[in-house]
Amino acid sequence: MAFFIDFAKILLATCRDVLPIIVLIICFQLLVLRQPIPHLRRLIVGGVYVVIGLALFLAGLEKALFPLGKIMAAQLSDPTFIYGPEAAVAQADWKAYGWIYLFAAMIGFATTIAEPALIAVAYKANEVSAGTISQWGLRITVALGVAVGISLGAYRIVSGTPLYMYILAGYLVVVAQTIFAPRNIIPLAYDSGGVTTSTVTVPLVAALGLGLSSTVPGRNPALDGFGLIAFASLFPIITVLGYAQYMHWSVNRSKKSSKEGNHAI
Amino acid sequence: MLTVNTRVLFVALKKLQDAFTDLLPIILVIAFFQLVVLRQPLPHLGEVVLGALLVVTGLSLFIQGLEMSLFPIGEAMAHALARKGSVFWLLSFAFALGFSTTVAEPALIAVAGEAAEIASQGNLIDPGEESLRGYALGLRLTVAFSVGLAILVGVLRIILGWPVHYLIISGYVVVMLMTMIAPEEIIGLAYDAGGVTTSTVTVPLVAALGVGLASSIKGRSPLLDGFGLIAFASLLPIIFVIGYGLIVFG
Repeated sequence: MAFFIDFAKILLATCRDVLPIIVLIICFQLLVLRQPIPHLRRLIVGGVYVVIGLALFLAGLEKALFPLGKIMAAQLSDPTFIYGPEAAVAQADWKAYGWIYLFAAMIGFATTIAEPALIAVAYKANEVSAGTISQWGLRITVALGVAVGISLGAYRIVSGTPLYMYILAGYLVVVAQTIFAPRNIIPLAYDSGGVTTSTVTVPLVAALGLGLSSTVPGRNPALDGFGLIAFASLFPIITVLGYAQYMHWSVNRSKKSSKEGNHAI
Repeated sequence: MLTVNTRVLFVALKKLQDAFTDLLPIILVIAFFQLVVLRQPLPHLGEVVLGALLVVTGLSLFIQGLEMSLFPIGEAMAHALARKGSVFWLLSFAFALGFSTTVAEPALIAVAGEAAEIASQGNLIDPGEESLRGYALGLRLTVAFSVGLAILVGVLRIILGWPVHYLIISGYVVVMLMTMIAPEEIIGLAYDAGGVTTSTVTVPLVAALGVGLASSIKGRSPLLDGFGLIAFASLLPIIFVIGYGLIVFG
């Protein structure tokens, strides 16, 4: 029974998410475009699928995966797990947190693969590029970026180094890559930073950040707990641009070598 | 009749299988850490399995609905507005879409409330109930306004054909300059604000809007010009939240 009340709440929240979009589209169709909406029946059925699907998805996550992920984040960052019982630690030793970095990377990768917004963008990119950008290729590249980002973000919280230094360095890398990357991929690469952080990734990553910053000695959750999401948005840009550069380079090289081969013949 | 039904069933099963593949990495990671690293049995196994089934069903329904409604409506609106030829209405639609989907976003409401708590603990604002609520509301409106403006600028860019990287890189420069003068309490929050604004329903719609617009304006490529809207929606909130912090904390 309690589950149905929870589900109804989530369903209501999803409806509230969709409501402004519906109102906006109806207003524009009736007042500005003055046209009936084409394929209305199909749209409504699809809209109902979106709302119910998203609500089921979130209800399932909240029932099963979020509590478990949050407990695990807390357990892994617990000083007794890291330093052993009865070890009084005043200064955090960043080398002792190996499992945390691995957990951060793996959970970042796994949640990004399941992120519906990224699935949508990969679908669109595949369609628009007439199949040259593969859906799984893009999703795995983005997920690897998130994995590196979250892991580095966890290291930042443990070591207590300032956030803006990492962001500044990341931005510089992105700018340098932008100069050399194939132009077609740049907008998509920038977009993939924004889509990684929504329904699945944010709750688990926020729990990890909060868990770490409240248990690592000398960290303040108010100051150090934030910022992991910024890492998760920055690093996918770098990996997508890097992958595009690599593909570009390897295609050019094989073209070149086949040309040389032809000359030899 | 029977063949049609079997085909529908087949497609549905395929969608369920895809969704299960999407979820599999999470299951593996959690199982690995629980069993190998923490060496504990999975608590409430029944609930976890039930939850995973819900996630898989929900994800496949969502993807189905995406193909049926969010993508087509986004592209249809872009085509219709482009055909109408009024830049004013196109930009109004862009702004309204960004603003309205962000202002009531639950993730943003939660983050804004948390940020108000932090600001009052840091003695940056008056700890009274009234000023906390005002600060959180101001933050929400700032972020929603900046997302509306971001989609507007992004659409304007598609119309005019500006390359996306000049705008984004200038945005980065502004963020870095503002970071140097901003109070420390607002920086982490501002960087995260860019991430929470783009929700699961908004992203497909905005992507379809951009691609639809780029494919209906002559001389624009859907891949080169259609993407980039989400990037603006993640960048501008950072600038505006730092700006809000600078003004409020003064």
